[in-house]
Amino acid sequence: MSQQDAPTGPFLPVLDQPSTRRTALKAAGAALGLAAFGKAVSPLMVIPENVSVDEFLQQHYKEFTDADKKKVFARLETETKEDYGTDVTISDPKPIPGVRFGYAINLSKCNGNGACMEACNKENNHHRGVDQSYIRVLEMSKGSMDMENGTTNYDHTVPQDDKFYMPVQCQQCENPPCVSACPIEATWQEDDGIVVVDYNWCIGCRYCEAACPYHARRFNWEQPEIPADEVNPDQGYLSNRIRPQGVMEKCHFCLHRTREGRAPACQEACSTGARVFGDLNDPDSDINWVLKHKRVFVLKEELGTQPNFFYFFDS
Amino acid sequence: MSSITAQNQTPIEPADPVRSYPRFLWWGLGEATNGGLGFYVWMFVLTAISLVGANAWANQVADGMIVTNMTDHVSWGLYIANFTFCVGLAAGGVMMVIPAYLYDDEEMHKVVIIGEAVAVAAIVMCTLSVVVDLGRPDRFWHLIPFIGRVNWPVSMLTWDVIVLNGYLLINLHIVGYLLYMRYLGRKPNPKWYVPFVFLSIIWAISIHTVTAFLYCGLGGRPFWNTALLAPRFLASAFVSGPAFIILVMRILRITTGYAAPPGPARTLIQIIRVAMTINLVMLASELFTLFYTGGAHGASANYLFFGSHGHYGLVPWIWTAIVFNLVGTALFFMPAALERGNIRIVACVLCIVGIWIEKGMGLIIPGFIPSTLHEIVEYSPSLVEWKVTGGIWAFGFLLLTVLLKLIATVFAQEQSIAETERL
Repeated sequence: MSQQDAPTGPFLPVLDQPSTRRTALKAAGAALGLAAFGKAVSPLMVIPENVSVDEFLQQHYKEFTDADKKKVFARLETETKEDYGTDVTISDPKPIPGVRFGYAINLSKCNGNGACMEACNKENNHHRGVDQSYIRVLEMSKGSMDMENGTTNYDHTVPQDDKFYMPVQCQQCENPPCVSACPIEATWQEDDGIVVVDYNWCIGCRYCEAACPYHARRFNWEQPEIPADEVNPDQGYLSNRIRPQGVMEKCHFCLHRTREGRAPACQEACSTGARVFGDLNDPDSDINWVLKHKRVFVLKEELGTQPNFFYFFDS
Repeated sequence: MSSITAQNQTPIEPADPVRSYPRFLWWGLGEATNGGLGFYVWMFVLTAISLVGANAWANQVADGMIVTNMTDHVSWGLYIANFTFCVGLAAGGVMMVIPAYLYDDEEMHKVVIIGEAVAVAAIVMCTLSVVVDLGRPDRFWHLIPFIGRVNWPVSMLTWDVIVLNGYLLINLHIVGYLLYMRYLGRKPNPKWYVPFVFLSIIWAISIHTVTAFLYCGLGGRPFWNTALLAPRFLASAFVSGPAFIILVMRILRITTGYAAPPGPARTLIQIIRVAMTINLVMLASELFTLFYTGGAHGASANYLFFGSHGHYGLVPWIWTAIVFNLVGTALFFMPAALERGNIRIVACVLCIVGIWIEKGMGLIIPGFIPSTLHEIVEYSPSLVEWKVTGGIWAFGFLLLTVLLKLIATVFAQEQSIAETERL
């Protein structure tokens, strides 16, 4: 290896190596290699095209001042206009003090019609190509609560006589494993119990998706496609605004609606009355009536996640 | 080779050893890129594969992770599988450090730097494997402590980022310092490297433990949620690491003619015999619990080993791994494995491939199948994923080659000085 052009001793400075043919060839090789590398990674040039300096340097949601917020929301509105051709308003409704949201599903009533999934898809500006939604409805065999006997891709008229239907979405756990997993605090639990994601902080490592025991998290494998006339213009920064490519998203109990006193889209769309939503801290709420009068259960109770999402049957 | 060069032959002392360190590195890079035709062909091929990988990754960043075969059901794939193996490779290098420094094995001391070079290259491969798995690599700075916003100490992934980078820095320091001192013809000051060597021993164990905690801490994934995972990771790392180093020493002997003393390889094979036996016992214990108990805990194992509901995607993988591991282990136990020869080489290759599958495709993927809602969606890596992973391996080998050349040059130069003295 050390040949005639190698120094016989460790002479310094060594920068002035004799410019032999080998050195010249090496320099040419290095230049060629660098050029080839530049060419190979040239598709990365979409990053400066799609990510402005402001977006690149954007701080975490919790570090925003009011002025930052205004600026960021305005930028996002402009970008949505450019990319999707629609005027949208991005808002940031805060948790209502003293409120803690809970959800319950009456499995005797749910008939698996999937209206909730469809409503979620529209309300939350989901990618249209894959019928994305935050809800999966399991068709289960009567006589078993084992999800192994369930299926989500049933394609026949509902309800079937020997089946019952169990919608699963984010359980808004009191003790959310996804939040513990996130290496950069891009996801957290708000005061009203809703677990949210800062889509502009998430790096897309998908550790939260591995951590979630309920398959409640989704990744944006590509840039969502939504026709301009189907974009829901009423958007929340932490909820249904159109997500960037390469980040996680999840059910947020339609916080842009529920924090303003409206029902979540899935509940509004449900024609069977299976869905009960409300404030767990309000003794007179529908959800508290269910908790008091029905025997409810939660999914995978043994994991200690303490869901704020309940299931029950009519007796 | 550890003999100290005579004082009267001391080369020109740089005025400031700290400031001339970059010059040393520059000189080393020049020396490390000298070689014969075979060397240049090797480097050219590795560069070409690395570039194919870099290009595939750049396209993945532009078009989205949709170009991989990962889904919301199987949300980690080949990248994380390969990452897990590479962490083991990096940690396994410590099995040279322990005999050399804790047991003062003279011969091991002479070649321990090879293990440290392997660790450096493996850690770089780990980092690359994680970066290519990110949906938004442009936001990497969110992970940097004090600049971004790290979820420490709760998130195991934050811990992993910290310990992996720490391990890289420790090993770069040790390798760099020892080589530089040799180059200057000075005796290394133990104060400047021995504490780091001991730190690196603890740290090597920590990187693989934390990586296991990444998976086994998740209650929602019964297949991973076992206290045996970290010990199994360590045991298999202490096979794959030493096996890889034995291969590297063989390649060095063929290409550079540098024959390491026979002792270190023998020590490594003894270590492999013990570690692989422990690994297989733990695997058997794990399988007993999974299959005898059955239920939700056994569902993934059932899919992995026998297929379930008409899906058999991982069955050929895992049986290949089992056969390779068993045959490899049997070969290691043959007396001939202690001598130079092809038996130990075949055994090393079989165990490396077996462990790569067992810890990678055989551990990461079945964690997601069936999914947490018990759906079965299968996964096999896309061409892009294979290209990127191939690129990472090629780059790892490129880096390792340069490091080993640098080491060999410094050692050879020291030897020539010693010879001059003798005249």
